[in-house]
Amino acid sequence: MWSWLLTTDHKRIALLYLISITFFFFIGGFFALLIRLELLTPAGDLVQADTYNKIFTMHGMVMIFFFLIPSIPAVLGNFLVPMMIGAKDLAFPRINLLSWYIYVIGGVIMLHCMITGGVDTGWTFYAPFSTSFTNTKIVEAGIAIFIAGFSSILTGLNFVVTIHRMRAPGMTWSRLPLFIWAHYATSIIQLLGTPVVAVTIVLVAAERALHLGIFDPKLGGDPVLFQHLFWFYSHPAVYIMILPSMGVVTEIIACFSRKRIFGYHFVAFSSIAIAVFGFLVWAHHMFVAGISVYSALVFSFLSYAVALPSAIKVFNWTATLYKGSIRYDAPMLYAFGFLGLFTIGGLTGLFLSALGINVHVTDTYFVVAHFHYIMVGGAVMGYLGGMHFWWPKISGRLYPEGWARLAALIVFIGFNLTFFPQFILGYMGMPRRYYDYSHMPEFQVLNVLSTAGATILGVGYLLPMVYFLWSMRYGKPASDNPWNAAGLEWKTASPPPTFNFDEEPVVTWEAYNYEELDAPHKEEVPVAG
Amino acid sequence: MPDNANASSLTAVHDHHGEAHAAHNPALLHHFVEEQQQRDAASLGMWVFLGTEVMFFGGLFCAYLVYRRWYFGDFAAASKTINMSLGATNTAVLICSSLTVVLAVWAAQTARKALLVSMLILTMVFGLAFLGIKGIEYKDKFEEHHVPGASFSFENVPIPGHPGQFANPRHAQMFFSLYFVMTGLHALHMIIGLGIFAWLLVMAWKGRFTPEWHTPVEIGGLYWHFVDIVWIYLFPLLYLIDRHP
Repeated sequence: MWSWLLTTDHKRIALLYLISITFFFFIGGFFALLIRLELLTPAGDLVQADTYNKIFTMHGMVMIFFFLIPSIPAVLGNFLVPMMIGAKDLAFPRINLLSWYIYVIGGVIMLHCMITGGVDTGWTFYAPFSTSFTNTKIVEAGIAIFIAGFSSILTGLNFVVTIHRMRAPGMTWSRLPLFIWAHYATSIIQLLGTPVVAVTIVLVAAERALHLGIFDPKLGGDPVLFQHLFWFYSHPAVYIMILPSMGVVTEIIACFSRKRIFGYHFVAFSSIAIAVFGFLVWAHHMFVAGISVYSALVFSFLSYAVALPSAIKVFNWTATLYKGSIRYDAPMLYAFGFLGLFTIGGLTGLFLSALGINVHVTDTYFVVAHFHYIMVGGAVMGYLGGMHFWWPKISGRLYPEGWARLAALIVFIGFNLTFFPQFILGYMGMPRRYYDYSHMPEFQVLNVLSTAGATILGVGYLLPMVYFLWSMRYGKPASDNPWNAAGLEWKTASPPPTFNFDEEPVVTWEAYNYEELDAPHKEEVPVAG
Repeated sequence: MPDNANASSLTAVHDHHGEAHAAHNPALLHHFVEEQQQRDAASLGMWVFLGTEVMFFGGLFCAYLVYRRWYFGDFAAASKTINMSLGATNTAVLICSSLTVVLAVWAAQTARKALLVSMLILTMVFGLAFLGIKGIEYKDKFEEHHVPGASFSFENVPIPGHPGQFANPRHAQMFFSLYFVMTGLHALHMIIGLGIFAWLLVMAWKGRFTPEWHTPVEIGGLYWHFVDIVWIYLFPLLYLIDRHP
């Protein structure tokens, strides 16, 4: 037990993160379930209005700050970044462990906050409601998120330094797996964005606890400034969630179509471009908050621009698939799911960048559906795909492939059934954050569909947890490289030894050299007869 | 590091260094190949961390600049009530402490242990002097009822350059809110810096730093310089808004 709690091994820390974020995922999921149950009927019959406000707030805060942001970086990134670049560990192993403890402390405070009353502002903490009106536990939730933010900063810092300084001999920047590029871009956002939201939360807490005047218009403050500072982090935070997922999908697509990634450098630099452009679009969350129409125009234009690097990725993935020898194993099913859902989420994002449509659908279920397509359809699909892809490496066991394919299918169907109706609901005008829609009962059919979908989705999420746990004991032992994949992480034992490699690897090949990997196989094929 | 080197010869160099230095230097951690890599990682880590600090203070500076532009007269009036000479003294104190930090790093590089220890002590003395003077300033503000909150009072303070006009107390309170948050967070960074330097002092006293290995002095010094630089921006923004000779 102590050897785990005091470990500085990045692989063990990744597993500590895996356990903690799974715990928070199911808490967040529980709140989601309550939301869907309440909306099953038009009347507000399950919970009161105040309770409902707290439920969707806690759902957002837990899922974003305690699941999605740490999900891929802290679990798969922690496990794989040193291995993919041929290092023995991250540059600062003790800081890595510290980041997990900070996360846990933040998480415990968050749990305490939830149990003793929760918060009802929505995860966005908008002032002046958060600073002067609500009497829920803003300061405590703020402290929890502030602390968890530092865990995210330290992870990002560790990745940047590791990628710069710890690469094995021969592992040049253009030989790096694109998973690493994605994590590099993610880390930049974590490093530059998180401190801003941290100080913003400090200001909100100070305003509330010490009665300073900063955002409250009663004291001459500007609530819109709060929104600017908040979204300066919280929009790029979307890319913290989606970029690592894109990295995962890139690895999976190359492996399961046995091909070099089409346009390696474009995919690599599009990650950096997303990180840069992602910082220039925040005010598209504020088109109806009273910002000037000229700045709205600029932010609308820039929001279109940020779609370009994302589109580059989608086109390059598609081009990689072209004429590949595609295998439909579970990780690839998730990658396909990601491609479809991310594309829908991204294209509806373009709808929302357009000022006219944005004003029409602001604060409706259209927005809710859009960002769930990105965050759940995109980020979580990538996360699950990655968990399946690297599970043999992480655990040393094979998961049951049949069940996994079934689960991938269930997740895909459940997800679309949950969130596609919400696009229609939103476009028809159903506002978000309402617990009672009895004056518009015509929305019930779509809400019932959505709740039914959420149930299916829940089953789809429980299944992998069951068979992953099962496989740890009963799964077939995995070979070093069960997918015959490229990448240094597959050139060592499953699970890897403490320092990852028995001897320091020397890299002389490009990433995704699948043609070379498969070439000997072709020669070995015995002549018929 | 890996980019520009021939792979096989690099591995050979590693092995040689690894054996040679592992005996001398217990500070080389197991997951680094050689000392140079460890030094570079630590230094880059501190620079990246300081980048996050720039963003942290950047949010505050942004809020401050917005309101300073909106309520310039009120901010100027409020700024006149904080003690410029104490602020200027503190600026001088911090600049001196930066010098002693630089000398400390040089002393570590050139194996002058006595100088290193005395420069670390001197830096801490300057740091404590800064916090003491800051404390006097806070006490003055408290006595003048300029601390935001229930007992805040800022009545009939003229706006500089606008005879007959008086500052809006609510907007002056915003100035003081930002003043206390910004200088308070800066002071917190100073306190953390003092903690780091206390640890460096113990290490230096025990003779742990050598010309080959004194990374903590270097990156601790980087941190200290950064905290100084924040003050170099805070001083004119908060104290010198509308001063004329």
